[in-house]
Amino acid sequence: MPQTVTLSVARYRPEEESEPSVQTYEVPFRKDWVVLDALNYIKDQLDGSLSFRWSCRMGVCGSCGMTVNGQPRLTCASFLSAEPPGPIRVEPLRYFPVIRDLVVDITDFLTKLKKVKPWIVRQDEKPLAEGEYLQTPDQLDAYKQFSMCINCLLCYSACPIYGLEPTFIGPAAIALAQRYNPDSRDQGSAERLEILSHHDGMWQCTFVGECTKACPKHVDPAGAIQQYKLTSATHWFKTLLPWGGR
Amino acid sequence: MARPITPFLWLLFSAGGTVAALFFPVHLFLSGLAVPLGWLPAPSYERLHALVEHPLTRLYLFVLISLPLFHWAHRFRYTLYDGLQLKHLTALIAVLCYGAALIGSALAAYTLWSFS
Amino acid sequence: MSAPAGYTPYHPRWYRRRVSVWWWLESRSYTGFVLREVTSVFVAFFALVLLWQVHALGQGPAAYSRSLARLQTPLFLALNGVALLFVLFHSVTWFNLAPTAMVVRLRGKRVPDLVIAGANYVAWLVLSAAVAAILLRG
Repeated sequence: MPQTVTLSVARYRPEEESEPSVQTYEVPFRKDWVVLDALNYIKDQLDGSLSFRWSCRMGVCGSCGMTVNGQPRLTCASFLSAEPPGPIRVEPLRYFPVIRDLVVDITDFLTKLKKVKPWIVRQDEKPLAEGEYLQTPDQLDAYKQFSMCINCLLCYSACPIYGLEPTFIGPAAIALAQRYNPDSRDQGSAERLEILSHHDGMWQCTFVGECTKACPKHVDPAGAIQQYKLTSATHWFKTLLPWGGR
Repeated sequence: MARPITPFLWLLFSAGGTVAALFFPVHLFLSGLAVPLGWLPAPSYERLHALVEHPLTRLYLFVLISLPLFHWAHRFRYTLYDGLQLKHLTALIAVLCYGAALIGSALAAYTLWSFS
Repeated sequence: MSAPAGYTPYHPRWYRRRVSVWWWLESRSYTGFVLREVTSVFVAFFALVLLWQVHALGQGPAAYSRSLARLQTPLFLALNGVALLFVLFHSVTWFNLAPTAMVVRLRGKRVPDLVIAGANYVAWLVLSAAVAAILLRG
C-alpha cells in the first residue's frame, strides 16, 4: 500500500486571480481516510489557507459536497482507497458560482427551496384539543423516501439541465415538494402545483436521471419528478372533464 | 381551457413514446428488414389492402403514426433547446416541432380517411 | 437566480464556469442520455415511412409493388437497419424507466420496479406477436 497520495485541489482566490488554479498536495494514504480527512490534513498541516465546507463528517448534514475525480460526491463519504490510483482531483461543486477555493454559493437553491413551500400547508388548522395527526405506516411510506434529502446539492451538480438553464428549479426542490404533496397531513398540493407548473418548474426536466445516481441518501429525485409530472398531467386532464373539479 | 399546456404535451409525448416502444420494433423489423430481405413473405396486395380498409385498422394506423410524431416533436424540441443550447430560438423551435407533428397527423388522417 | 452581484471589496468575485456546447460528451451517462433523446428522430422517420406505405397501398397494386421495391434498395435497408437499432434502444430505455414514473401501490405496498418493467416487456412481446401474426397470415 502506498504511503502517500496526491490531491489535485482547485484553488480560487478572487483577490489574487481571475481564474481558478490547481494546487497539489501529498497526503498520507490511510486505508480508512476519506477525502475530507485528506482536506483537513492539508488545512491543519500543509496549507491553512485552503477553504472548504464540512460539518458532521458522517453524511447527514450535506455540507461537504464537492466534485471528486469528476463526480459530485460527499467528501466525507469518499474513501481515498476507493479512488483509482493516481492523483485525486478535488474541485468545487459543479454548476454553482465559486466563492473561494472549494466553497460555492448556494443562495440560488435556498431561494428555490423556499418557493416550493417545504412545510405542512393547511387550509384549516386542526385545533390542539383534537389531538395529533395520526398516520399509518403506509401513509408514511408514501413520502418517506423523499424526506431523506439532506440538501447536499449533489443532484444539482449532476443535472446537466441545471447547468444549462440556471433558472431550472432543480431536482432537490421538486423532490422536496413531492415530500409534502403525498403527506396525508398536507393540504398544499394545489399551491405547489401552481408554482412548479411554471416553465422553469418540473417541465424543464427531461429525465436524464443523473440526479438519482448522485444522491447519497437514495431519495430518487428523478422518480419524484416523473411522478409529479404524472399527477400534474392527470390533474390537468381531470380539469378538462365537465365533472372534474379544479 | 387549462392554462398551462405543457401537461397535455407531456401526455402526448408519453402516449407516443409508449406506442412507439410497443409497436415500432415489430413493424420496423417486418416491413423494413424481414420482408425486403426475403426472410419472410410479403403480405399480398389484396390481403393488406382489405386489412387497412377496415375502420379499426385505420384507427390503429392513425394512432400508430400521429402519436409517435408528437413524441418526437416534444423530445426533439428539448434536445435542440438543451443539447444545442438554442435558447433564443425556443418559440420558433416549439412551433416548428409541434407544427410538423400536426401536419404529419393531418396527412395521416387524410390518407386514412380517403383510403380506398 | 441569485441576486446580481455587485462586486465590492466586501463581496467576493464569484467564478462561474461556462457550460460547453459539448457538455454531452463529458461523460458516458450524458452521452447515453443524448443518444436516447436522438431515438425520437428515428421514431419520427419510421412514422413517416408507415404513412408513405399506407399511401402507396391506397394508390393501387403497382404503387404498392414500387414501395416494396424501394424498401429493398441499399439506402432504405441501411436507414431502416439503423432506425431499428435506435427504436430498440428507445423501447428498452422506455420500459426500464417506466417504473420510476408509474408507481403502483397494491394494498399499501409499492409494486417492485422489476414487476412493472417486466409487465411492460411482456406486453411488448404479446403485442409484437399479435401484429406479426396479423400481418403475416396469408
